[in-house]
Amino acid sequence: MRALDTLWFQVAGTICNITCTHCFISCSPKNRSHEMLSLTDVETRLAEARLLGVRDYYFTGGEPFMNRDMLPILAATLRQGPATVLTNGMLLRKEVCAELRRLSDESEYSLDIRVSLDGFDRESHDAIRGAGVWDRVMIGFRNLADAGINPVITVTEAADGVGSNEGRARFLEIIRSFGFDKPRLKVLALFRIGAEETRTRAYESWERLTIDGMSEADADVLQCSTSRMVTSKGVYVCPILIEQSAAKMGETIAETLRPFPLAYGACHTCWVDGVSCRT
Amino acid sequence: MNKLSPQSSVLSPSTRIALIGGIYSNYQALVATLSDIAHRGADATYFLGDLGAFGPHPDRVPALLIERGIPGIQGNYEESLASGASDCNCGYTDPRDNVYAQLSYDYTSEHTSNAYKQWMGTLPKQLRLDVDRKRVLLSHGSPRRINEFLWRSTSPDPFLARLCDEHDADVIVCTHTGLHWHKALGDGCHVVNAGVIGRPANDGRTNVWYTMLTIANDDVAAEFIPIDYDHAALAREMREERLPEEFIETIETGWWTTCLEALPPKERARGRF
Repeated sequence: MRALDTLWFQVAGTICNITCTHCFISCSPKNRSHEMLSLTDVETRLAEARLLGVRDYYFTGGEPFMNRDMLPILAATLRQGPATVLTNGMLLRKEVCAELRRLSDESEYSLDIRVSLDGFDRESHDAIRGAGVWDRVMIGFRNLADAGINPVITVTEAADGVGSNEGRARFLEIIRSFGFDKPRLKVLALFRIGAEETRTRAYESWERLTIDGMSEADADVLQCSTSRMVTSKGVYVCPILIEQSAAKMGETIAETLRPFPLAYGACHTCWVDGVSCRT
Repeated sequence: MNKLSPQSSVLSPSTRIALIGGIYSNYQALVATLSDIAHRGADATYFLGDLGAFGPHPDRVPALLIERGIPGIQGNYEESLASGASDCNCGYTDPRDNVYAQLSYDYTSEHTSNAYKQWMGTLPKQLRLDVDRKRVLLSHGSPRRINEFLWRSTSPDPFLARLCDEHDADVIVCTHTGLHWHKALGDGCHVVNAGVIGRPANDGRTNVWYTMLTIANDDVAAEFIPIDYDHAALAREMREERLPEEFIETIETGWWTTCLEALPPKERARGRF
């Protein structure tokens, strides 16, 4: 642990309106492994975070906009620092987008919306996320564009060819076609846990990290050196390992600011692929 | 993390300190800035690193700084050039940003003489000044990392207060992002991003900015001073050196065209691209 810069909130728990085949924590409409966080829950954590000098706040799930408190939660957060929401884009109604724009304009800090896509087109996207999802996301994009919000589009490597320069350029053009003239794209590696274990494969036993020979700069790329994750069950080491009971490091944020053993396959992806869950 | 410990310390009774952020080989802007500082009067002048990048003829800037005896610190460019690194370590994560960063670094490295690279290696990574009982810390990116981006919209007060506390500073000065700002924290501490004179501030104006820090009677004020310079001459020289047209467009229009993905949403929304 170097310094707590980023605090994550599992704000919708593991509850989602879709069931993606690659979800590393197998979120679904019925998965209540982690429950939603209330406005009061988040405000309590924000007070802790203020004392610790946290730099930015990230909200994920499940689907964050399934949480009825999401907009008040963002309002409270943006009074204290910058916020990013990771969403599947299906619940971005016109009124929600207008409110997001208002919250963004009123804050001195940045509000970022990150929408996940899983392919270049409806067919590949819906193969992973479910029938009809692409079309609903397109409505969400239109509403965002109308509100003047320029989201980051994240795409996992499940989208064939997106890692190459050509694939990337093609994706940027697609984002332009959605109505965003300053296209923003982030490509994410996949974690071979949760539903993704079944879709492709699980980690092999050799896919583990050793800290021998890891310099301070190397360790710096690991999410656990600068972030922690708050869920309804407590404070976890990172956004990825919340289904590992050993990854819960404490009840308060302050007591989790200590090193964590890099014993998991996901730690291998985080380091080898240089994955940053942050934007 | 690069744990940067201050490598040099000077005592200064100055109350008006001129701070020159990233210069990016913009010799024309440096000449105009130094002239403005001389006109206004300052007790001391410091540069904050990233002397090269972006612009033409990278040897001109160190030559002028050495000739005038202006002290300063390393940026990530000086750190990379002095150590023979293969890239600028600017801290970008987007592939397109890195393509342009590499073009810029390769040109700068090729056209910087070894003597200046060695001199860059002798520069401190940070400087501490004691000014009227205020502890001022000059850094490039941030006090904890030479290439950290401290943007206004992603640097909340509790975080900045933590930096001041952890680095024993009442005033932290940085550059690296290209956009200037000043935040007075509630506890008497201040963080000032001095901006840059290397390229415009992504606002559709061709001028660049330096900072005059005034410390007196426990008050800290940061004045951001716009500098008009012969940007047409700079653009002409950049074309002669066959630097990317995208860089030249920025100099001529005041809008950033490259290295945009590091910008947070608020700062990005204000630019054209």
